[in-house]
Amino acid sequence: MNEANGRILLAHGAGGRLTHELIESLFVRRFDNKPLAALDDSAELKLPDDCRIAFTTDGYVVKPIEFPGGDIGRIAVCGTVNDLAMLGARPLGLSVALILEEGLERETLNRIVDSMADAAKEAGVELVTGDTKVVERGAASGLYIVTSGVGMIPYGLSLSGRNARVGDAVLVSGTLGDHGITVMNAREGLGFEGDLRSDAAPLNGLVENMLSVHSSVRVLRDLTRGGLATALNEISRASGVLIEIEETAVPVRNSVLAGCQMLGLDPLYVANEGKLVAMVDETYASGVLRAMRDHPRGREAVRIGTVLKGEAGVVMRTPIGGARRLLMLDGDPLPRIC
Amino acid sequence: MIPAGAIESVRATLDEIVRRSAEICRRTGRDAVQIMEVCGTHTMSFAASGLRGMLPDTVRLLSGPGCPVCVTTPGDVDRAVWFARQPGVTLVTFGDMMKVPGSAGSLSDARALGADVRMAYSPADALELARGDPQREFIFLGVGFETTAPLVAATVRAAAREGIRNFSVFPLFKLVPPALRAILARRDHHIDGFILPGHVSAIIGLDPYRFVADEFGVPGIIAGFEPFDLLEALPMLLRLCRQEKAAIDIQYTRGVPAGGNPAALRILKEFFLPAEAVWRAVGAIPDSGLAFRPEYDAFNAVRKFPGMPAHDPPEPKGCLCGAILMGRILPADCPLFGAACTPETAVGPCMVSSEGACAAAYKYGLTETSRWKKSRRRQEVAVRS
Amino acid sequence: MCLAIPGRIIERTGTMGRADFGGLVRAVALDLLPDAEVGDVVLIHAGFAIQTVDLSMEPEIAERLIAR
Ligand code: SF4
Repeated sequence: MNEANGRILLAHGAGGRLTHELIESLFVRRFDNKPLAALDDSAELKLPDDCRIAFTTDGYVVKPIEFPGGDIGRIAVCGTVNDLAMLGARPLGLSVALILEEGLERETLNRIVDSMADAAKEAGVELVTGDTKVVERGAASGLYIVTSGVGMIPYGLSLSGRNARVGDAVLVSGTLGDHGITVMNAREGLGFEGDLRSDAAPLNGLVENMLSVHSSVRVLRDLTRGGLATALNEISRASGVLIEIEETAVPVRNSVLAGCQMLGLDPLYVANEGKLVAMVDETYASGVLRAMRDHPRGREAVRIGTVLKGEAGVVMRTPIGGARRLLMLDGDPLPRIC
Repeated sequence: MIPAGAIESVRATLDEIVRRSAEICRRTGRDAVQIMEVCGTHTMSFAASGLRGMLPDTVRLLSGPGCPVCVTTPGDVDRAVWFARQPGVTLVTFGDMMKVPGSAGSLSDARALGADVRMAYSPADALELARGDPQREFIFLGVGFETTAPLVAATVRAAAREGIRNFSVFPLFKLVPPALRAILARRDHHIDGFILPGHVSAIIGLDPYRFVADEFGVPGIIAGFEPFDLLEALPMLLRLCRQEKAAIDIQYTRGVPAGGNPAALRILKEFFLPAEAVWRAVGAIPDSGLAFRPEYDAFNAVRKFPGMPAHDPPEPKGCLCGAILMGRILPADCPLFGAACTPETAVGPCMVSSEGACAAAYKYGLTETSRWKKSRRRQEVAVRS
Repeated sequence: MCLAIPGRIIERTGTMGRADFGGLVRAVALDLLPDAEVGDVVLIHAGFAIQTVDLSMEPEIAERLIAR
């Protein structure tokens, strides 16, 4: 036994025996699907005639790579599934490229890969093709993941940030800020204990539930970096409408709020990995809300506001009856004491 | 966090503010009662709660020098960067200071170039880093006011007791009352009253502010940071403004006993001596900083790492932060505001810190007040119909 | 200029303790409040308790702040 045992070596990415061993013993076995098992250069996917596809890609570099409620593998799968789901697309297959740092423990890699397989199963999607590279120690921090996804957009469906209309109800699928505060706590060693957990989750099931209620959903956006405030600003600009939300209606877990207050952060700008905002035809808003609450990822869904006529922008009504303008996030929020 | 049905009492309070401020304006013949909120957290609370936009035109809020980031000079940032670049040294700082530009970049830039700069939530966490890696030197960047300095002193005391030798502090602390004196000493100030910082006062209590009323005839209220605190503090202050004799009072009674925190004051005395400090964009103010007592030289980074550059680069051209922090003009009066100077392209310190007067004004759209109020009315109509 | 939020002391050993902030728990240094006891509500700034919150002053408000 030497020290390199149980660790990733440069040779694992060199394309030779070790690479094959890694692919077959780990990826093919855990991701377990036909297109991948063929180990061809590309995966073949069958599409119905006349179908529109959604296509998306994203890189994942979160640090630390494991944290309460998730890990880099889980968010790499969920993030891409969610990007597809925001167009209403049903995921057909995901590709996964892993960039591993030499010396990464095999055990850690196994856990991450398991977690990817679990997330894919939860989302009902297959990881049909992939690639693995190994870079020298120090050239990456642990591992990075790039996932791409292809999804099928149901006939006649058109969801876009441009579609918000005056009068639409603004709904969110649950509490905000859980992921961002959890990861910051783990990364910066802030020493917070308690019920902080990342919300990383696939939202395609939730979206299917929502879309089953009439064709009343106009905009979906997942609330990743930049949080709710940034997503609302993007939608408001794209649709040329004013969005007004109620501060008291915005759901934030007590512990997350306490963490935010201690660090001078605003939960409206903190990242989520399993939450969405929707603009929905007012008439059907309560039906959509019910459909959301029927899904485990939308139990705490609520209406937080309304789309109004006016100059593009986002306004929040405060509990004392005032108003506050919400701008896009600028810069990365750092924990502060002042 | 406003109890149900409180909107009514908010209205009543606002009515009182309208009435009292108008009355004062009639008496003084000026267009508005000018109130300086000394503390950046108050600046943020006024804006984030929407209260700022609800106040009548007869109340004008001025943001004071109470943001430690805003008042740290570019020279001091350069020196912090210099410490961070010393071989074998890790500089530990509150996240607040990461992006404040010196003459050759910020600590965040220095980190990108290879310096070991780490963020900590607490000075105790910085000491913990030092405990865990005795071969490295850890320097804590000691920024802050009276609220923060005692924690750093307590951390140094812990290090001394444990015999930890690889921990020191670069002290850049500032004190609030001397800054208020500097503002008031300029006879051209137009400050009718102060909203005084609640958490500084939790340490120093009420007495150190008495001179504000006694020598300069300006009243002040020590206030908390919740919207309802501010709603209570404003009428209290306006009532004081009307009185013959100026006085200082406490609204934030749940957190500020008149005597402050005696243990914290003791430890401040034990470790530090008052010293002149240079406030960014304001200048040198006598006795407004804290220097380590000579017996603690071993924990004073300035003593421990000789050779610190003394150069003080000039303030950025065109920036009017100094006049803003002194309460003489408003952010929107600066020609660079919102144009050349935004949070992403900050020219001056008031735009860098998220608590800075210019950043708050920018973030909450305070430039557009009058237009804003009109469009709000339109929205309300839209909601109803 | 200085963020401080109320939390309830749930444990104390020497000058160290732990405080509960409505479900979030963190270690807090009690050097500056030598008389603080378990059960007290204190203001925490950068990991240190800096003052005891006087619950008798505005009990309703103080309780609400802590419960969040
Ligand atoms: S707007 Fe920018 S340049 Fe002008 S005073 Fe403020 S910080 Fe300085």
